[in-house]
Amino acid sequence: MKRKDFDVIIVGAGPSGLAAGFVLAKAGVNTIIIERGKFPGSKNVMGGIFYTKAMDDLIPEFYKEAPVERHIIEQNLWFMDDVSHLGVSFKSQKYNSEPFNSFSVFRAKFDRWFAKKVEQMGALIINETVVTQPIVEGGKVVGVKTDRPDGDLYADVVIGADGVNSFLAKQLGLRNKIKPNIVALAVKEVIGLDKEKINDRFQLRSDKEGAAYEMTGPFLDGMEGMAWLYTNSSSISIGVGVVIQDLIEHKTNPNDLLEKIKAHPSVAPLIEGGQTKEYLAHMIPEGGYYATPKLFTDGFLTTGDAIMFVNNVNREGSNLAIESGKLAAKTYLEAKQTGDFSSKSLSRYQDKIRKSFACKDLSMYKNMPKLLEEKRYFLTKYPQFFIDFVYDWFSVDGVSKPDKIKKAKKEFGDKFGYVNFAKDLYAIWRYMIR
Amino acid sequence: MIKQDIGEYKHIWIFVEHKDGKAKSVSFELISKARELAEVLGCEVHTFALGKKVKHLADEVFRYGANKFYFIEDNLLSEYKTEPFRDAASYLIDKYKPEIVLIGATTLGRDLAGTIATKLNTGLTADTTGLDIDKKTNNLLMTRPTFGGNLMATIFCPDNRPQMSTSRPGVYKAVEFSVEGEVVEESFKFNKSNYLKTVIDKTLESEEAVNLNFYDVIVAGGLGMETKENFKYVKELSSILGGTWAASRKAVQMGWAPQTRQVGQTGQTVHPKIYIACGISGAIQHQVGMKSSEIIIAINKDEEAPIFEIATYGIVGETGKILPAMIDLFREKIKKER
Amino acid sequence: MHLLVFIKQVPDASQVRVNYNTGTLIREGVPAIINPFDKHAIEEAVRIKEKFSGTVSVITMGPPMAESSLKEALSMGVDNAYLLSDRVFAGSDTLATSYALWAGAKKIIEEKGDVDIFLSGKQAIDGDTAQTGPGIATRFDIPLVTYAIAIKDIDLKKRTIEIVRLIESGAETIETTFPCFITVEEEINKIRYAPLPYLIRAARATIKILNTKNTKIDSSKCGLKNSPTKVKKAFTPQKRERGEMINKGSMQDTLNFLYENIESTLKDMGKI
Ligand SMILES: Cc1cc2nc3c(=O)[nH]c(=O)nc-3n(C[C@H](O)[C@H](O)[C@H](O)COP(=O)(O)OP(=O)(O)OC[C@H]3O[C@@H](n4cnc5c(N)ncnc54)[C@H](O)[C@@H]3O)c2cc1C
Ligand SMILES: Cc1cc2nc3c(=O)[nH]c(=O)nc-3n(C[C@H](O)[C@H](O)[C@H](O)COP(=O)(O)OP(=O)(O)OC[C@H]3O[C@@H](n4cnc5c(N)ncnc54)[C@H](O)[C@@H]3O)c2cc1C
Ligand SMILES: Nc1ncnc2c1ncn2[C@@H]1O[C@H](COP(=O)(O)O)[C@@H](O)[C@H]1O
Repeated sequence: MKRKDFDVIIVGAGPSGLAAGFVLAKAGVNTIIIERGKFPGSKNVMGGIFYTKAMDDLIPEFYKEAPVERHIIEQNLWFMDDVSHLGVSFKSQKYNSEPFNSFSVFRAKFDRWFAKKVEQMGALIINETVVTQPIVEGGKVVGVKTDRPDGDLYADVVIGADGVNSFLAKQLGLRNKIKPNIVALAVKEVIGLDKEKINDRFQLRSDKEGAAYEMTGPFLDGMEGMAWLYTNSSSISIGVGVVIQDLIEHKTNPNDLLEKIKAHPSVAPLIEGGQTKEYLAHMIPEGGYYATPKLFTDGFLTTGDAIMFVNNVNREGSNLAIESGKLAAKTYLEAKQTGDFSSKSLSRYQDKIRKSFACKDLSMYKNMPKLLEEKRYFLTKYPQFFIDFVYDWFSVDGVSKPDKIKKAKKEFGDKFGYVNFAKDLYAIWRYMIR
Repeated sequence: MIKQDIGEYKHIWIFVEHKDGKAKSVSFELISKARELAEVLGCEVHTFALGKKVKHLADEVFRYGANKFYFIEDNLLSEYKTEPFRDAASYLIDKYKPEIVLIGATTLGRDLAGTIATKLNTGLTADTTGLDIDKKTNNLLMTRPTFGGNLMATIFCPDNRPQMSTSRPGVYKAVEFSVEGEVVEESFKFNKSNYLKTVIDKTLESEEAVNLNFYDVIVAGGLGMETKENFKYVKELSSILGGTWAASRKAVQMGWAPQTRQVGQTGQTVHPKIYIACGISGAIQHQVGMKSSEIIIAINKDEEAPIFEIATYGIVGETGKILPAMIDLFREKIKKER
Repeated sequence: MHLLVFIKQVPDASQVRVNYNTGTLIREGVPAIINPFDKHAIEEAVRIKEKFSGTVSVITMGPPMAESSLKEALSMGVDNAYLLSDRVFAGSDTLATSYALWAGAKKIIEEKGDVDIFLSGKQAIDGDTAQTGPGIATRFDIPLVTYAIAIKDIDLKKRTIEIVRLIESGAETIETTFPCFITVEEEINKIRYAPLPYLIRAARATIKILNTKNTKIDSSKCGLKNSPTKVKKAFTPQKRERGEMINKGSMQDTLNFLYENIESTLKDMGKI
């Protein structure tokens, strides 16, 4: 008889692997999750903004129990040059009511908590064990090899939830080597600061409320990237991610960029007096819709970052990971009814993904990377122009406001050309909205 | 906890550890320290020894100021074995009821003390580096390092007697102070069938089997010794200084030294008078094993090496150059002085 | 053969820092680990079991969070894990600890049968007392072998064991009989990378909780109140100051200067 140790083997205990494990275990499926870190979340030491919806569907009101930091009530988008920022800000008391739109979280704490829940549902989580390769028999994935003695495991289906580098998907030929133009390198710091100081500086009324900032613009010297800052309970996370290709071309080191942001006159006062507690560098898939590889093969499904399921425009990742994990689990449950785990049967997964909100979002932004690659000045020249204009506008220097507008109009025409501008607007509309 | 009538207990007892009939210096150190304490308490310092032939130790302990010497001689005690030593010692202590019992924190002492304290159902403070009397209560205050030397704790034992402590060798100075002491021979009826341990072999200290704690000078080599061959300098320097040699974990992993000679968190904790670290960076795990050494001399080519943060004397340079010169100089000087 | 290992969960002493301003230890964020020596005791027990067949049990006394150390022990190949946890144990000194562990061990013997070999680490890296093992052995009144660096031979028929242990002047080989108590040094073995089946079994295992209700532990012998030794105060030692960097131009002068500085110490020690 064919060897079988478990119904499903999940590789990776990140949000997507855990979500898949949760759904499967809840349905009574004999599930094992293999994680190479010391515990789930340990390899992802830091956190991010965690959008609530996908998780709340899985574990209603999870935030009452889970280790979350602050719920975000204010979002900012800043265009920055070296000395100024031009910001769009949205703060609403609507964000102060349950089930809350998003939270800041620390992954090490959050994933660990999530993992406990998954274990309580009955899945086994094995830490400190690395999956080295899939076991393929007769063209079908039947298990995995690990680096432990007696380390082979067999199952009906393997779910590859092993993150952005996904060796599994690569070894199974589902995807190509990641190209440097579709991955960003992110560096990040956690800066410890008193709760009261944070509440004061960010105008928050309690240490449950939080604020988030995203920053881009000419200070990045034309590289495609984004910096961010958000509040945790008693610390601030600050980081920057830049497409690797750009880093290479600009011979820039992301650490220097982060230092530059921390020293920026609009940012420095927010973090002043804090002490760096943690530091992390990590890759984020930025390829979006087009980078999504093949999602399945015989006996195998892949989820989360491993399928580049990240919305880099809205900084969503872990919620999409959870969503895809759930969908993979549901696909398995359906396939189980017929006992058919072939590629054909598992292809339902693809449909489910397509129909999900996440995929629709990704689809909306699907041409963003390409657009930005072609028209890099969207990130530099336009914002710089507007920053300069606003500066000029607010400066009382003897020039009348109508004259300022006139001057700006002329400069804009000279610099960009109105026809070109119209074309660019059309391009944005065509690429994104349509 | 059942309170004892602690008023019954009097005098300070020192366990006289010996090897092949020769007393260990820690016993004299403790007698000298006990004399100070006895003065405060207004009591005497008594000693006790166990072995096949130990009576002759009386003269030595009296030379350091002990007022009494109790001993039990028995063939069963010819070699150290925990259980007969435990039983004989417990018998004596129970019979004479000293208020304080001090034992050297040697390998033997630490093996023995815990078993005696358990038998007598009293408190024991291990590995102390400071002893004092609380003048108000006459309790013994015992201070000891914990958490790898990061924290000191002062411990006392208010309601049980005797108050027991093992004390680190080399902390107190042995001072001669001749006394006309009294010798008391005791005997204990061992139930021989109780003792199920035999020593079937003893290997003298070797590369492999060494107790670093025994030495007041330790020369240790790390990865910065560069080759196994170069460890000969470490060994030679240690022998000139009458000490022993040791190694960092990385050197052990390179196969340059046996694991028994590793100093640090997962090796041995040492506190010699002089510790010479050669080509050791001073990682925290190494430091916890040696930072309570009295004098630390560090040789490292990297002036930023963390070992210099805790070194009493630091020399920046190549181990391969400095050590041979150091060996020559020390050999010369030590010969001259003699 | 039944082996019982005593393990303690400790803060990783190498990561504990001192706050010299307040004179306290900074334990925040310091990971809790199995006392390193105890891990070698576990490994040794599992090796003996693999060779002679039998079961390995572990026990720890500590707060509920110590469960994670028991899980780790299970993943190293241990069969049964017991957490001795009760409020009344808090603040126990070594006498009280060895009492509670002894009583806990008796409960395990009741459940799982007589123990042939008890093992513990030579000492815990937080307290460094090295007393708990000797204390338990004394309560069982069985042979104690401390500082073991090798187990040479086990004769199941004669129920004897040969152990090499460190002594001041080298090493000695001891023969003793079961049951006995062994405390181990790090060099007794190298910890292996455990096979996957051990980890899977550990993930499935449940940890049994022992407390004053389900054992015959007399709570009047446990805890802070019933411990003979008390902590009067805790303080941080004087910070070791950065010493002197010696550079007198030539190496000879540098070394001469060093020698002059330590000459009196060498004299005191009788080296010269
Ligand atoms: C700096 C940064 C900031 C981010 N900010 C946000 C944010 O604000 N909001 C947000 O929603 N998302 C954010 N994301 C994205 C989010 O973290 C990811 O999308 C999400 O973690 C993906 O989950 P996953 O389960 O697919 O993969 P991962 O979380 O990467 O989990 C994969 C797991 O698999 C394990 N693993 C990998 N290979 C093996 C193997 N061979 N054997 C065993 N185990 C293996 C890994 O150790 C890891 O635990 C951010 C990412 C980064 C890097
Ligand atoms: C759980 C755990 C437990 C550990 N336990 C221990 C332990 O018990 N003991 C222990 O020692 N370590 C222990 N370690 C390891 C410890 O962290 C360090 O890795 C180790 O102490 C480093 O050894 P080292 O100083 O010899 O080597 P390195 O750190 O590599 O340092 C070598 C030093 O030599 C210097 N050097 C190189 N060449 C020369 C030269 N020619 N002349 C002069 N100087 C030179 C270098 O500048 C450097 O400072 C432990 C680690 C862990 C994680
Ligand atoms: N609370 C405890 N639970 C289980 N074992 C312990 C405990 N405390 C000490 N031990 C064991 O006793 C050994 C010596 O500890 P100590 O006497 O504290 O130095 C440790 O290495 C453990 O094996």
